Amino acid sequence: MNLLGKLDWSAIPLHQPIVMAATAFMALVVVAVLGFITMKGAWPYLWREWLTSVDHKRIGVMYCILALVMLLRGFSDAIMMRAQQAVAAGGAQGYLPTEHFDQIFSAHGTIMIFFMAMPFVVGLMNFAVPLQLGIRDVAFPTLNSVSFWLTAAGALLINVSLAVGEFSKAGWWGYPPLSELQYSPGVGVDYYLWSLQISGLGTLLSGINFVTTILKMRAPGMSYMRMPVFCWTSLATNLLIVAAFPVLTAALAMLLLDRYLGFHFFTNEAGGNQMLYANLFWVWGHPEVYILILPAFGVFSEVIATFSGKPLFGYRSMVVATMAICILSFFVWLHHFFTMGASANVNGFFGVMSMIIALPTGVKIYNWLFTMYGGRVRLTVPVLWTVGFMVTFVIGGMTGVLHAVPPVSFQLHNSVFLIAHFHNVIIGGVLFGAMAGYTYWFPKAFGFALDERWGKASFWCWFVGFYLAFMPLYLLGLMGMTRRMQHYDDPAWQPWLVVAMIGAVVILGGIICQIVQLVVSIRARDKLRVTADPWNGRTLEWATASPPPAWNFSSAPNVTGRDAFWTSKRRDRARQDRPGSAHVYEPIEMPKNSATGFVSAFFAVLIGFSMIWHIWWLACVGLFGAFATLLAFAFRRHPEFEVPAKQIAQFERAQSAGAAA
Amino acid sequence: MTDVRYDRAPGDIPNEEMQARSPSEALVYTIGLLVALILTATSFWVANTSLLWPGGIGLGLAVLAISQMGIHLVFFLHLTSGPDSTNNILALAFGLLIVFVVVVGTMWIVTDLNDNMLMPPSDAMNIRMQR
Repeated sequence: MNLLGKLDWSAIPLHQPIVMAATAFMALVVVAVLGFITMKGAWPYLWREWLTSVDHKRIGVMYCILALVMLLRGFSDAIMMRAQQAVAAGGAQGYLPTEHFDQIFSAHGTIMIFFMAMPFVVGLMNFAVPLQLGIRDVAFPTLNSVSFWLTAAGALLINVSLAVGEFSKAGWWGYPPLSELQYSPGVGVDYYLWSLQISGLGTLLSGINFVTTILKMRAPGMSYMRMPVFCWTSLATNLLIVAAFPVLTAALAMLLLDRYLGFHFFTNEAGGNQMLYANLFWVWGHPEVYILILPAFGVFSEVIATFSGKPLFGYRSMVVATMAICILSFFVWLHHFFTMGASANVNGFFGVMSMIIALPTGVKIYNWLFTMYGGRVRLTVPVLWTVGFMVTFVIGGMTGVLHAVPPVSFQLHNSVFLIAHFHNVIIGGVLFGAMAGYTYWFPKAFGFALDERWGKASFWCWFVGFYLAFMPLYLLGLMGMTRRMQHYDDPAWQPWLVVAMIGAVVILGGIICQIVQLVVSIRARDKLRVTADPWNGRTLEWATASPPPAWNFSSAPNVTGRDAFWTSKRRDRARQDRPGSAHVYEPIEMPKNSATGFVSAFFAVLIGFSMIWHIWWLACVGLFGAFATLLAFAFRRHPEFEVPAKQIAQFERAQSAGAAA
Repeated sequence: MTDVRYDRAPGDIPNEEMQARSPSEALVYTIGLLVALILTATSFWVANTSLLWPGGIGLGLAVLAISQMGIHLVFFLHLTSGPDSTNNILALAFGLLIVFVVVVGTMWIVTDLNDNMLMPPSDAMNIRMQR
C-alpha cells in the first residue's frame, strides 16, 4: 500500500514556469510574513488575541483580511486572463497554455465568490451586526470562530492547489460530465470540491449563528421594526444561507460520491442525470447572489442615511423589499439554464419570476435616492462608493432584466455579454458595498480613520477601471464572443479586448491605491485618531468607544426608537444642563478564548488534503482529530470569565477623559 | 405601540397570565409520547397488513411520518401558536416553503427536461437493466 496515496514529486508542476513563478512568489510572501511575525516576537500576542479569539469584532476583521488577501489572488488571475485575451488573436496562442488558462478561470470564479465576496460580507456582518443590535457578542461565539477558520481552511486548500497538483478546469460551477472522473481524472476537481465543502460548512454554521443572534439577542427595546436596515439585510442573508447552502453541500457530496465511490448521480451512463447537478447547483447559486448583495444593500442604506444626515427614506418599504427578495430569490434559479432544453412553460415561469425580483431592488434604489434628496450629503469615500454603486448597479440590473427574457438568453447564453452583466452587479454591487463598509466601519474597528485622499483615488480607479474593463465585453458579447476562450480567430475583437485589458490595469491602480491608503493611514494613525462617533452616526455601533472594548457596551443600551443612537443623542442634547450622575457598572460575563476553531480547521485541512490525494489513513487521523477537538470543547470546565466592574468603570473614565481632551 | 404586541424584544418580561395558562410539562410530554407511540405502532401495522389496498400503503406511511413530525414539533420541541413562538413558526414556515419550492420545482424541471430530450425515466431504467 502506498502511504502517500496519489501524491508524489510529479504533483509539483516543475515544467510550468508561470505556475512555478507564482508559487515561488506566494511562498516568498508567506515566509516573509511568518518571518516578520517571528522577528517581532508577535506569536504569543497573535495566538492569544487573534487566532484563538472568539470576539465577533476580531473574527470580523480576520474575515475581511482573508477577503482582501484573496482579492489579490483572484485579481491576479483576472489580469492574467485579460492579458491572454488581449494578445491571443488570430493565429497567436498567447502566453498561457489551454490547461493553465482553464485552471485560471475556474480558480478566479471560485476564489472571488467563495473566498473574497463571501468572507467580506460575512466579515462586515460579524463586525457590525452585534454592535448595531447593542449586544456583547453573537449567540455562539466559539462556533463563530470555528466558522471563520473553516472558511480559511478552504481558502488554504485552494492556494495549495497552485503548488501541489492542479486546480479544477471545469469552471467555477464544476458541471458534470466534465467534472466527472471520466473527463477530469486529475485532482483539480477534488481540490475544488473539498475546499468548497469545508468552507461551505463554515458558512452554514455562521448563518445559523447570525439568524439566532438577530432573532434572539437584541438590546432591550429593540423590536424588529427598530432594527437598523443592515441588520435586516443580514437576517435575510443568513436565512438564505441556512436554506441554500445545504443544497450546494448535497450536490457537491453527490459529485464526490460519483468521483470516489463510482456512484452514478450525474454520469452519462447508468441512469445518471447531469441536468440535475445544474439544477441543484443553481438552486443554491441564485440565492447565493442575494446572499452577497443584500448585506451590501444594508451597508449602502446605513452609509446614505448617515452621510445625508436624514433617517432612511421608506424604512418599512426597505424591510419589505428585503424580505421579498429573500423569498423570491428561491423562485428564479432556472434562468441560469434557459437553454438547457426545458419547454416554454418552464422557461416562461422562471423568466417572469426573474423580472418580478427586479421590482424590490428598484424600490431600494428609489429609497436611497429619496434619502439623499433634500439631505446635506457629505461626499466622503463611503458615499462615493455608494453613488458609484447606484449608477453602476442600475446598468447591471437593466442587462439582468434583459437576460430574464428566455429568447434573449438564447442569444446571449455563455457569451461575454453575460460575463459583463454579472461583473457589473458583483463588482458594482457587492465589491463597492464591501469597500463602502470597509471605509465606513474602519474607524470603529481600529480607532483611526482611513486616509481620505487615497480612498478617493482608489474609488475613481475602480470606477473608471470597471467601465473600461467591462463595457467592451457587452459589445463583444453582442458580436458573438463566447466566454472562457483561450484564443480566438476574429481580429475585430482584439481592440476591444485591449481596452478591457487597460481597464483591468486601471483597477490594479485602484487596488494599489488601497494598499497605499492602508499603509499611509497606519503610519499617520495618531493624526487620524477619531472619537466614538466620527461620522455623526445614527445606529448603536457609534454609541460605544472606537475601538469598542471586548464587552462592546459597558451598560446595555436602552432602545426607544428607530435610529437608536441618533434619538439618544437628541435627547441628551435636550437635557444637557442636568449634572452627569456617576454610573454604577456591573461585572460582565464574557466567553473565554478558545483554540477549538483553529485546531478543528487544522484537522479539516488535513482531511481535505488527504482525501484529495487518496491518503486514507491521514483522513482518518484528521477525522478523529476534529472529533476529539469538539469533544474537548464540549467538556470544557470554565467557558466564561468575568470582567470586574472596576475595570469597566476605569475604561469608561479613560474614554470620557479622552473625549474631553 | 401596535407592533410590540407580537414582536417582543429580548429582555421584555412576559406577562404573568400567559405563564399561568400553560399546562404542566409532564402532561405535555406524556401526551406526546403516547401519540408518538400510537403513530409508530400504526405505521408498523400498515406496513405489514394485508387488509389495505397495497397501492395506498406508501401514501399512508408518508401521512403517518408527517404527522409524527408534527407531534414531535408540538409536544417535544414546544412549537406553539403563542406569541413567544412566532419566530419558530415563521422559521418553520420559511423552511417548509423553501423545501416545497425546491422539491416540486426540481421535479417539474427535470421531468420537463426528460420529456423534451425524449428520454422518459423508464428508458433510463431500461438502460440500467440491460447492463
